[in-house]
Amino acid sequence: MAYEIVESCVNCWACEPLCPSRAIFLPPGAAGPARPHFRIDARKCTECEGDYAEPQCAGICPIEGAILNGLGEPVNPPGSLTGIPPARLAEARAEIQAR
Amino acid sequence: MELPVIGQASGCSSSGCGGSSDQLAHLPAHIREKVHNHPCYSEEAHHHYARMHAAVAPACNIQCHYCNRKYDCANESRPGVVSELLTPDQAVRKILAVAANIPQMTVLGIAGPGDPLANPERTFETFRQLSEKAPDIKLCVSTNGLALPGLVERLCEYNIDHVTITINCIDPEVGAKIYPWIFWNNRRVKGRKAAEILIEQQQKGLEMLSARGVLVKVNSVMIPGVNDHHLEAVSKAVKARGAFLHNVMPLIAEPGHGTFFGLMGQRGPTHDELQTLQDKCAGDMAMMRHCRQCRADAVGMLGEDRGGDFTLDKVEAMEIDYAAAMQRRAEVQAAIEANREAQRKKTGETLVALSSLKRQKKGPRPVLMAVATSGGGIINQHFGHAREFLIYEASSTDVRFIGHRKTDLYCTGGDSCGEAETKLQKTLRALAGCEAVLCAKIGFEPWEQLERAGIQPNGEHAMEPIEEALAAVYAEMVAKGLPEREMTAVPYRASA
Repeated sequence: MAYEIVESCVNCWACEPLCPSRAIFLPPGAAGPARPHFRIDARKCTECEGDYAEPQCAGICPIEGAILNGLGEPVNPPGSLTGIPPARLAEARAEIQAR
Repeated sequence: MELPVIGQASGCSSSGCGGSSDQLAHLPAHIREKVHNHPCYSEEAHHHYARMHAAVAPACNIQCHYCNRKYDCANESRPGVVSELLTPDQAVRKILAVAANIPQMTVLGIAGPGDPLANPERTFETFRQLSEKAPDIKLCVSTNGLALPGLVERLCEYNIDHVTITINCIDPEVGAKIYPWIFWNNRRVKGRKAAEILIEQQQKGLEMLSARGVLVKVNSVMIPGVNDHHLEAVSKAVKARGAFLHNVMPLIAEPGHGTFFGLMGQRGPTHDELQTLQDKCAGDMAMMRHCRQCRADAVGMLGEDRGGDFTLDKVEAMEIDYAAAMQRRAEVQAAIEANREAQRKKTGETLVALSSLKRQKKGPRPVLMAVATSGGGIINQHFGHAREFLIYEASSTDVRFIGHRKTDLYCTGGDSCGEAETKLQKTLRALAGCEAVLCAKIGFEPWEQLERAGIQPNGEHAMEPIEEALAAVYAEMVAKGLPEREMTAVPYRASA
């Protein structure tokens, strides 16, 4: 099983130095709108098993939905990183705008 | 290290009370020596010296609600944004090229685009090479503080004697509204607990650095309704732990920036709110008011960005003889110092004369004035060329630097990124509250519009030292009789 980084990755580099298996890389490619994002080499990824309790890339990734687990599910689903569940979003926005 | 409180005593006749040339006069001589040519630490120095940021540190170990980790934008100018991420080797090449071409560049800072101390190998490799190759450049670093306590020893190894810590709170309840999570001991920690750990590490790091004699500036982002009432307490706390300068900055939050606060509609403070808070904090310690909240790859004088002259391919083509450059840098900087000394003497004389005004029984009210300058501490910029104005408050006791206001704010992009407001309209809005604007020259149309807006344009003091000219204009206004102040209720957001 391996984790996967999808196209919502913003190339912030936070995960790359943390990977105990050195499985994360930035593929070379043309610049421009279709510029490449970080990837995980599925052959190297161990899901951090034996190294850390929490997969490191998903633990530091700042983008909800950018990293999928071995089952293809987002490890950080919507609302999990902002701390605001989607159902409460409108309410939270109104509170913030009243400041 | 406990520092004396900057004098707020009344009857101060120099420009020293509150944030101008002599703002750092209360500091011990060895500290003044360290900051006298540091544009980010000394308000007066920023008229004369330049800085650059090297974007070698992409990763970050925390999330702030005012930051978008997608940092690559050429048109925006704000912290955390860069165009080119550099390896340490590339950065050192670029820094030597800039230092050789901009001899008044005294300071190299690593400030991101992530957190420098979350990228210790890249950050320290850059410092290591520079301390060997360019010993005449001051090195500094800016951090969120989370990893700081563990890296204080290494910072001291490379003689990093200026460190900026961004501290927005000392109360975890407040912190939880600013920081949704941190990455700590190899796991993500969220909510109040995250804020607790971050605050503890920041305060510990600050104490450790102060104990080693490293100068620490504290940056705080003012977020209305979140930490605005809390920052006075932060100012007291960081001063007690040895910070020597506090920089309260306005929140920058625009939906287009894609930050949580921007998307959720969190507002930034108004100029008035910011200034009121800065004045309150000034009772506790020296305040910095000239911060331009620059990009993590900014190059040049504060308020300008010459990064485009030093892109990787341009730097690659430059031949740099750094030994020769160092010689020239020393000469240029010596000339700047001689010029500053001359200005200081001159300004001192004027202000003594001005101070006689305060003997009047009931002093005239203070006046806000704007200045167009491209550096050197003199009025030397055409009104129409100014992309920012320095704001001063002249009163019967002193001329006090208040801050700067940008005309085009944080985005220099085309029509696609902003509302269709003319540059002049933007400028008039930025100058709200000012009663005079001093510049080298000004065209007829803006002259008329400024007058209509109650702002007196003045081109009579071109090439004169700023404070001297302001004092003269204020004296003239007082002699003519200051009009009753009309409270123009034009809301103007400092950050938007």
